[in-house]
Amino acid sequence: MSTALRPARLRPTDLARIGTSGLRARPARAILAALGIAIGIATMVTVVGISASSQERLLRQLDELGTNLLRVSPGDSLFGDQVKLPENAAAMVKRIDGVTSSSQTAETGTTVRRNDLIPEGISLGITVQATSLDLLSTLDGRVRQGTWLNAATERQPVVVLGAVAAERLGMTGADAQVYIGDRWFTVIGVLDRMPLAEEIERSALVGFPAAKEYLDHDGHPTTVYERSADEAVESVRTMLARTVSPESPNEAKVSRPSDALKAKAAAAGAFTGLMLGLGAVALFVGGVGVANTMVVAVLERRREIGLRRSFGATRAQVRNQFLVEALLLSAFGGGAGVLLGALATFVYAQLNALPAVVPLWAVGGGLGATIVIGALAGIYPALRAARVPPTVALTQ
Amino acid sequence: MNVLEIRGVSKTYGRVHALRNVDLTIRKGEMVSIVGPSGSGKSTLLQIAGTLDRPTSGTVRVAGHDVSALSDSQLSALRARYIGFVFQQFHLSPALSALDNVADGLLYTGLSRRQRRERAEAALQLVGLSHRLGHRPNQLSGGQMQRVAVARAVAGRPPLLLADEPTGNLDSEAGAEVLSLFRTLNARGITIAIITHDTEVAMACPRRIRVRDGLVRSEVS
Repeated sequence: MSTALRPARLRPTDLARIGTSGLRARPARAILAALGIAIGIATMVTVVGISASSQERLLRQLDELGTNLLRVSPGDSLFGDQVKLPENAAAMVKRIDGVTSSSQTAETGTTVRRNDLIPEGISLGITVQATSLDLLSTLDGRVRQGTWLNAATERQPVVVLGAVAAERLGMTGADAQVYIGDRWFTVIGVLDRMPLAEEIERSALVGFPAAKEYLDHDGHPTTVYERSADEAVESVRTMLARTVSPESPNEAKVSRPSDALKAKAAAAGAFTGLMLGLGAVALFVGGVGVANTMVVAVLERRREIGLRRSFGATRAQVRNQFLVEALLLSAFGGGAGVLLGALATFVYAQLNALPAVVPLWAVGGGLGATIVIGALAGIYPALRAARVPPTVALTQ
Repeated sequence: MNVLEIRGVSKTYGRVHALRNVDLTIRKGEMVSIVGPSGSGKSTLLQIAGTLDRPTSGTVRVAGHDVSALSDSQLSALRARYIGFVFQQFHLSPALSALDNVADGLLYTGLSRRQRRERAEAALQLVGLSHRLGHRPNQLSGGQMQRVAVARAVAGRPPLLLADEPTGNLDSEAGAEVLSLFRTLNARGITIAIITHDTEVAMACPRRIRVRDGLVRSEVS
């Protein structure tokens, strides 16, 4: 009879063009409809971005500080009393293969106070410790103000304060006096922050000879710090306990301070579920907004649909047109949301001196989510559009 | 060859009989007017002739294709290839230029955008609007808008042009302008069926069909 009738395929570029025609006709409505999605995606990207930025800072710090620092302290013996480390523990450790530096500190059991009127029991959480002179180089620490101990001052009643200790004592500068044990000590220096040895931040440090002389200390260290080449860390680790406590090696505790920082970084990277949940709710509400807008659009554009059907559009082509419109609408919202979220992360990072990081997977995930939402929100209106009878083109 | 062949067609909406056992054949090259009061069933007849709707009973053939044997998407393809529509309200998109309005009528024909625009330009030339390609509908007069709509209907070179009250929204001068356009197109071989109230339009058609109460009452040839 005649050639078979087969509807022509709508080219993808044409589909995209007619998919945007409705949005272009009512831009204000399109923006409002996309706003919900934008807020949802922005929230999620910001939450992920801020936690990734915090994590990045800790990881960078870790990189800078290194992971080759080990710490040994005496554990409790089988009978519950404190095991003592030998007086020359640091020197013994230095002889282990691969160790580049080692130092020791000892808790003196006394407290540091602003003046002699404060009872001795008030410690403010500050430990008074004796220290070997090379502690600062082993820990890679820096003096913020004043000076560090030297061979002369380690015999004098002088003290160097950790950053936190100085803050708690209200010591803003060197050359002040503090009361330790039963006499005045002169503050000759304040240390910088020391993220790998927070216990030093909270310490008042005196020399070993001074501790013996003025604080009645026996000279046995309570902590040995050691740095080695990166590749030697594991082998040194196995040797440490045996070296400092040959009779009872399992009574010495060896730890790696950078592990705590690593755990902190991992915790910072785990963003809060609550905020993410809020973002998800906003996203859901945004999806409902898109669906609603599309349903209204279908009702308003019945005439246009009928006209397109009279041009020869199939039901599937009408359906796809509205599906594409919903997808573009939410993708538009999603794109704006990603930009907003990245901007918010950047601003937050600037204000908090963090490196701004927006993970690529968060951007991809955000855009992927909007595609899914757009499709879900568009299905019902698109099916309704496809059911509009072609005869509406002719009815007035 | 018969462009349109309607045999024993009835259409009922619930208990309303819009068409009762109608026979109508339109041959290639004819220009036919379909007249009748509102509610007579002439709009239903146009919907069925244009394959926008299917009859309750009877057969409709467009360019030889039996409509009842076609699926909805095949019917869409048939409309894209064989039928052009002109509406009383023009149905032009206010956001698009005359050229794009005409080109969009060819969206579902499988032509590329460039081809569509070329044909649209040719069609606008045919209706005497080659100087108005870039104008938006609100920059055109009523008669010009309807001529754009006619250009859109004929741009795909369909064998059958169906017009629903094409002069209903126009003053007499613009109406005459559109009517003379139809005659020109008919002279070029396009088969035209016009639903109209306008006696002037009806009288201008060589063949007139009167519809009343769902029946085809009289034919004057």
